[in-house]
Amino acid sequence: MLKTSPFHPRTAALVRAQTWRRWAGYQMASSYDPLPDREYAAIRSAAALLDVSPLYKYRITGRDAMRLLDRMVTRDMTKLKVGQVYYTPWCDGAGKVIDDGTVSRLGETTYRLTSADSSLRWLHMNAAGMEVAIEDLSERLGALSLQGPLSRAILSRLSAADLSALKYFRLLETTVRDIPVGISRTGYTGDLGYEIWVDASRAVALWDALIDAGTPFGITPAGVWALDIARVEAGLIMMDVDYFSAHHALIEQRKSSPFEINLGWAVAPSKGPFNGRRALAAERARGPRWSFVGLEIEWDSFERLYRAHGLPPQISNVAWRSSVPVYLGGRQVGYATSGCWSPLLKKPLALAHVQAPHFGAGTPLEIEVTVEHHRERAHAVVRKLPFFDPERKKA
Amino acid sequence: MTSAAHDVVVIGAGANGLVAAARLGQAGLRTLLIEREEGLGGQGRLVELAPGFRAAPLGLDPGWAPAAIARALRLDGLERHGADTALTVVVEPGLLLTLPRDAGKASEAIRTYSPNDAGKWPAFTTLLSKLAGFLEVLYQTPAPDVSASSPGDLLPMLGLLRKFRALGRRDMIEFLRTLPLSVWELLDDWFEHAPLKAAVAAGGVQDHRQGPRSGGTGFVLLHHLVGAPAGSVRGRPPWRAGPAAFTEAAARAAKRLGVTVRTGAEVSRIDVRNDRVAGVVLKNGEEIAAGAVLSTADPATTLLDWVDPVWLDPEFLHAVGNIRHRGCTGVVTYALEALPELPGLASKEALAGLVSLTPSLTSLERAADAAKYGRVSESPHVEFTVPTLLWPDLAPAGKHVLVARAQYAPYWLRDGATWDATRRDALAGSVTAAIEAAAPCFQSRIAHRTTWSPLDLEERYGLREGAPSQGELGLDQILFMRPVPGWGRHATPISGLYLGGAGTHPGPGILGGPGWLAAQRLLQDRGRR
Repeated sequence: MLKTSPFHPRTAALVRAQTWRRWAGYQMASSYDPLPDREYAAIRSAAALLDVSPLYKYRITGRDAMRLLDRMVTRDMTKLKVGQVYYTPWCDGAGKVIDDGTVSRLGETTYRLTSADSSLRWLHMNAAGMEVAIEDLSERLGALSLQGPLSRAILSRLSAADLSALKYFRLLETTVRDIPVGISRTGYTGDLGYEIWVDASRAVALWDALIDAGTPFGITPAGVWALDIARVEAGLIMMDVDYFSAHHALIEQRKSSPFEINLGWAVAPSKGPFNGRRALAAERARGPRWSFVGLEIEWDSFERLYRAHGLPPQISNVAWRSSVPVYLGGRQVGYATSGCWSPLLKKPLALAHVQAPHFGAGTPLEIEVTVEHHRERAHAVVRKLPFFDPERKKA
Repeated sequence: MTSAAHDVVVIGAGANGLVAAARLGQAGLRTLLIEREEGLGGQGRLVELAPGFRAAPLGLDPGWAPAAIARALRLDGLERHGADTALTVVVEPGLLLTLPRDAGKASEAIRTYSPNDAGKWPAFTTLLSKLAGFLEVLYQTPAPDVSASSPGDLLPMLGLLRKFRALGRRDMIEFLRTLPLSVWELLDDWFEHAPLKAAVAAGGVQDHRQGPRSGGTGFVLLHHLVGAPAGSVRGRPPWRAGPAAFTEAAARAAKRLGVTVRTGAEVSRIDVRNDRVAGVVLKNGEEIAAGAVLSTADPATTLLDWVDPVWLDPEFLHAVGNIRHRGCTGVVTYALEALPELPGLASKEALAGLVSLTPSLTSLERAADAAKYGRVSESPHVEFTVPTLLWPDLAPAGKHVLVARAQYAPYWLRDGATWDATRRDALAGSVTAAIEAAAPCFQSRIAHRTTWSPLDLEERYGLREGAPSQGELGLDQILFMRPVPGWGRHATPISGLYLGGAGTHPGPGILGGPGWLAAQRLLQDRGRR
């Protein structure tokens, strides 16, 4: 039996096409409309309201809370200030990524960790010999993501907090119409946006307040399909789609280091001991064997493949999540793991793992495209991620 | 921290620490040996029980010292005692069966009870010798590296394989069959006489939390016979020079080889910097810098209590945290006004050997059942020896010392109960009663009694959970899996930190064996740098 999110009483009524999906054991909407176009448009041009409650959430408190997180994740937790959020991967002893998520410092010795996968056992294993309390808040805490250029305007109508002063990857505690919430300026769309953390018991009231205040701004409930397009444009990776957790990989080759999935920037070059430190230092010195890059598929070449079969180019309204070979001069040098037609950039995009040394921006490659049951290849060019990075994201 | 005056600090001055330190000193390293207690010797050291009375409470089995180590360090005074007083079983009060190491004599003694068993005895002891003999080979080299991939790494494995094949087809199968077997089944295969089976089986559960019906106790029996002369079924013969002869010899060697020894120095933590050992910090706050540390304390204490966990992989820590210790042995030492008298005993010399008071496998298993549920056995398995028959100077003239080992007295008691005075006295009471049953008037000869619960062993000897093994001899905790799988070769994930106590290969009772191999590994790594 799938779990339902604390917002389910509101969202269920909106899923008109019964487009449900499973997400971390929850029954969640892929989209509310039959197709995600309108919901995606809200992310980029108004404000979309996304239920992200299936994220795993943990509260870590106690004298050694910081030491625990610092030894676990690759970023330097000693630098995280109260009210600040870090996005970070974490690795096993061999420097292979287990999961990625955010760490919020809620107080001097209080932190919140979010993750894509259940992390309780790993947290406890890392906490051996430390004085910390680890609480699983996953089911007790609802989470809404309000994303889009008008998200700040909507939230400002509901909260007394000065949101214009809330910088990117910072958080604050406030109330939304008497409902105690935490607001962090974070998200998974690469746009201006906020995530709102609320006790499950007040979740429905929060939803109603946001819809009420947001309607004049065009607030639109959005599902995972819309989010998926936005996150490809933003070049944000997804576990189990773009990489496999080291804890789930069946073979060594399926594991990835942070350097191999474009998260090398999140590996602190000089910090205290943490899981995978030695392996990652060696990899940094050696240079990664793989990189995770953006591929922009050339329209003309794409169109030509279809024309050869007497067809117009076919593009999906939904992002794809499958492994697609990437070639250089007839030799496979990588594979794309997700991609979409970008309604904003008007280009087919892909996120791909590419072997050294072919991952430099501008490198011309080829990507497999199946046209009318035939495997063809379209020209594609390596692009630095993200594809889309509006100023308002951080402004 | 002051600049390093020592190349290496060895922790613990038991047999392994002394041997390791001596080897490192011999190789020219400036070696500091630190010991928590005031005296050297670790588990083998003599303690004063009462004025004029001394004993080694954990020295019932003197253990085996590999000859190559004794030779290399020129250890002296390691002759064994000539008396052939291996094992006496109390069949019932007044009826005793003494089994000398001479298989022919033992066979004669058994014939009164079972002609069948008497006929099989010589073949049985020969088999035990052979099988333990293969372990003996295995125990003098680093644990086989099953993950070896290069031909160089595989060579030692091939050598072992050749020696294994030399056992012959039948004994090869017998070896593989015996390791995972329970001693119960092993003995049922061979014998019919219950007290005989019980006496041998007790070796299969020595310091082991499980009973004789448990798998793997066949291996435990063989382990404690490694290095024992032909005909042995329980342990090795005593040293001539005294119960602590080995550690005394090793201490002399260590001093001769330039090792600095400091007693009363208790470790608080091991200093690690940048994944490398930097030294040790003592309880009194003193910092001792050194580029290498070799700990002969148990691996769990060394890695979990002394090293900051942030330096170790959580998976590794998890494995270390799961090492089973489960101490289950209590020791009661008696200072006696006179030698106990056991009716039916052929000669009092037998008391210098091991006297086993448990007459059947069933009672041994029953005693183990209690431990399984966190209780102390109501009728524990008791075995004892009277060392003053061999070394009269351990007691005032004409008086004696008796050392008794009792199983099962589990460290972990149910419902969170602890080893308090009441529980300790109850254990001692049942041990005294068991001896009294075989030796009337025993109680009246007691001048003084000292009881060592597993908690006392932990506090006095630094043995985690009171386990002299530093990690149970389960089949999953030996060879390349000792202390944890993949780390059977004395190094740790922290460079410069080595493990060389009984908790590492080849394990407890192999005097200096783990310490020697750890020191060799340390020297090998230094040579490579």
